[in-house]
Amino acid sequence: MFRGITLIPADTKIDFVGQRAITWLVSAFLTVAPLILVATVGLNMGIDFQGGTLIEIQTKESRANLADIRGKISGLGLGEVQIQEFGAPNAVLIRIASQPKEEEQQASIAKVKEALGDTVEYRRTEVVGPTISSELISGGTVAVVVALLGIMIYVWFRFEWQFAVAAVASLVHDVTATIGLYALLQLEFNVSSIAAILTIIGYSLNDKVVIFDRIRENLRKYKRMPMVRLLDLSINEMLSRAVLTHVTTFLAMLPFLFFGGEAIYGFAVAMCFGIVIGAYSSIFVASPMQLILGVRRDAFSVNADAAKESNKGRAGAAAGA
Amino acid sequence: MLHFQKWKVIMVFGVVLAGFIFSIPNLIPASALQGLPSWVPHKQVNLGLDLQGGAHLLYQIDEKELVDDWLGTIRGDVRETLRQNRVGYTDLAQNVAGRSVSVRVRKSEDMDKAFTELKKLAVPIGNDVFGGFSGYDLEVTRNDSDGITMSVTEAGLNNRISAAIQASIETIRRRVDAFGTTEPSIQRQGRNRILVQVPGVSDVERLKSLIGETGKLEFKLVDPSANAAEVASSKKVPPGDELVYSSDEPPVPYVLRDQVMVSGENLVDAQPGFDSRNGEPVVSFRFDAAGAKRFGRVTQENVGLPFAIVLDNKVISAPVIREPILGGTGQISGNFSVQEANDLSVLLRSGALPAKLTVIEERTVGASLGADSISSGKKAAIAGLLLVVVFMFLAYGLFGLFANLALIINIAMIFAVLSLMGATLTLPGIAGIVLVIGIAVDANVLINERIREEIRSGKSPFAAVDSGYSRALTTIIDSNVTTLIAVLVLFWLGSGPVRGFAVTLTIGILTSMFTAVTVTRMMVAYWLRRARPKFVPI
Repeated sequence: MFRGITLIPADTKIDFVGQRAITWLVSAFLTVAPLILVATVGLNMGIDFQGGTLIEIQTKESRANLADIRGKISGLGLGEVQIQEFGAPNAVLIRIASQPKEEEQQASIAKVKEALGDTVEYRRTEVVGPTISSELISGGTVAVVVALLGIMIYVWFRFEWQFAVAAVASLVHDVTATIGLYALLQLEFNVSSIAAILTIIGYSLNDKVVIFDRIRENLRKYKRMPMVRLLDLSINEMLSRAVLTHVTTFLAMLPFLFFGGEAIYGFAVAMCFGIVIGAYSSIFVASPMQLILGVRRDAFSVNADAAKESNKGRAGAAAGA
Repeated sequence: MLHFQKWKVIMVFGVVLAGFIFSIPNLIPASALQGLPSWVPHKQVNLGLDLQGGAHLLYQIDEKELVDDWLGTIRGDVRETLRQNRVGYTDLAQNVAGRSVSVRVRKSEDMDKAFTELKKLAVPIGNDVFGGFSGYDLEVTRNDSDGITMSVTEAGLNNRISAAIQASIETIRRRVDAFGTTEPSIQRQGRNRILVQVPGVSDVERLKSLIGETGKLEFKLVDPSANAAEVASSKKVPPGDELVYSSDEPPVPYVLRDQVMVSGENLVDAQPGFDSRNGEPVVSFRFDAAGAKRFGRVTQENVGLPFAIVLDNKVISAPVIREPILGGTGQISGNFSVQEANDLSVLLRSGALPAKLTVIEERTVGASLGADSISSGKKAAIAGLLLVVVFMFLAYGLFGLFANLALIINIAMIFAVLSLMGATLTLPGIAGIVLVIGIAVDANVLINERIREEIRSGKSPFAAVDSGYSRALTTIIDSNVTTLIAVLVLFWLGSGPVRGFAVTLTIGILTSMFTAVTVTRMMVAYWLRRARPKFVPI
């Protein structure tokens, strides 16, 4: 019978944590470089956070005449206007800077529609007024912070505070790295980017909890093993699982990059990146942080909760059967 | 953990079967579904505006205008009250910034009487939640020896805003219904906002102009003694008159008496039609009894003079009164197109908005973009699913097949729950389903890796599978709960498409706990008992 291919041999022993001198530098770079990038190059803020008008049109002819469209719209006195091809040669994205008043914002669409007439199809119109854009900024920030706090509390309850701190620190690493990707590729940063970041937080944390779970189990099992070795053992034991899970999730997400359409492209890029960065930070940030934070070895043997005990009991009974 | 009682098996089968039955309507086109007998489940997943096309419009009510209007009413009430009680007063003024109206009483002996009478203008308001008393809408205070201030309270203002929002929602509903689209959703959002979502609408500009128009109709007399062009250039409006422009391009000025003859509130019906003489589109209207009486009296007194029909402070036509109009009916002609006449009649029938509404957020998706998004989303999701299924089989063989079966059941269940809940599927929602595929498979990966470890430690197939499942379970629960925390925040934060993503992800994580753990365990247990393998092919 076909047993499946083993990608990671069971006896794999890579000293991940042993290489921490190098990986700390890499992690620090992945956390700091994005901040510098955002400060210097900046994010390509979408209208969600900046306010403004976005109109996506499709021309009847197979190739849109951008110069002609630019000519028609630049004369309308709407301030800064960006016109670019969007996905297909006959699809055009028109972005108009935020107007000082909500009414003027509305008037700007009417003007554009009048200037372009019925010769084009209006695929999408988005107008975000100054009130909403500032609310979306604060809402997005609050969401990320609340998610991180909620997660920290849960992990603290289920494990120890050291694990909670390590989880949140590595998630911050993931978030800054992802924001850096947005700045580097100049992908539009909007509400769905916040959704992507929150999803990456959820997914990446999922991975950390799995490794923490194994570290906890091994702390109980090997009371004398040096911490570096114990961490490496835990990571190696979970390596096959990590590779399989991340590859499947990545494979599931990958087609969205190629034919998910423009609307979801940025989200798909961020998710694919998030899967990789989350896998990296589980091994190279969350785990070695335990060395710095100093997990107490007796924490789990004393606290061993009832659920664990009953599991052991059942497993023992089954083994005896 | 591998022994299942009969009733448990039946229950799991039942749930899986229900999942397939309730997800099947989504595979059948809606037109074919209608022809099926009624016992067949009909509910399909609602498509979000981003997939079926439509308009999402967020309106904010003009709070300042609302307060202004209210202060105007209070000022009128104060004047009326003091006059009725023969109290001499001076300096009656409204202070918009302070949201108050102040007045000075001339004689100090009238002060007590004035204060008691004005205090009666404050109306108690009920509490929204408990129905109890939560204060007055106005706070009446004495200042100095002769001053009285009536200020709007926070509770009173909230009450006003709620009432105005309620009334606006009713008005908007009548207007949108006349537009003839299916299932528009109009709901209050926050303190002073209304969210209007209209699926499948193509002419958004027309929809917006229909919703956003205040729709305040007034009939006023034209001042025959004033020269409109002169007044317009000199800006010297005779007392008791006002300068109003027409809706033409360029606007024509009119000098009107500022007193309203009859207003739209007296209107009982308005219908589009055609002028019997020249066939032009017109709007015919009918007044209620009081309106008809007043209109009759004024037209009787002013035969031969022009009057103006004013909509939202713009003159739409100014006909001359040829004869008294006593029947309470009339028609408005103003060089309308058929559509304009139709929209105007809708506007008049639906009544005026209590205050101006401004669009603060608009997201409109054309039907063709929606259709493109569905097809690309479908393509990507199916490709993703296929890649995962092939990969899982390559990685785990038979146990990969178990996981794949569970995965397909899971997807069916997600669609079943979405259909039954009447939840909305958006493009990010489709991506959410794909992410669930990853998360669901992770549960099986965790279990299978555990089984591999247990086998390596020398356990028998039964024992290895059994402890593999039970030991992986806590890890699966822990990791899914943490993901759910992030997703719930997303649900709370997001609107529209993003919320759709959170919904599918939440449902998917919950159903995956059932399919990836319980369902596969049952399959594995059945296989173990039937095949009695010497080793586990994993």
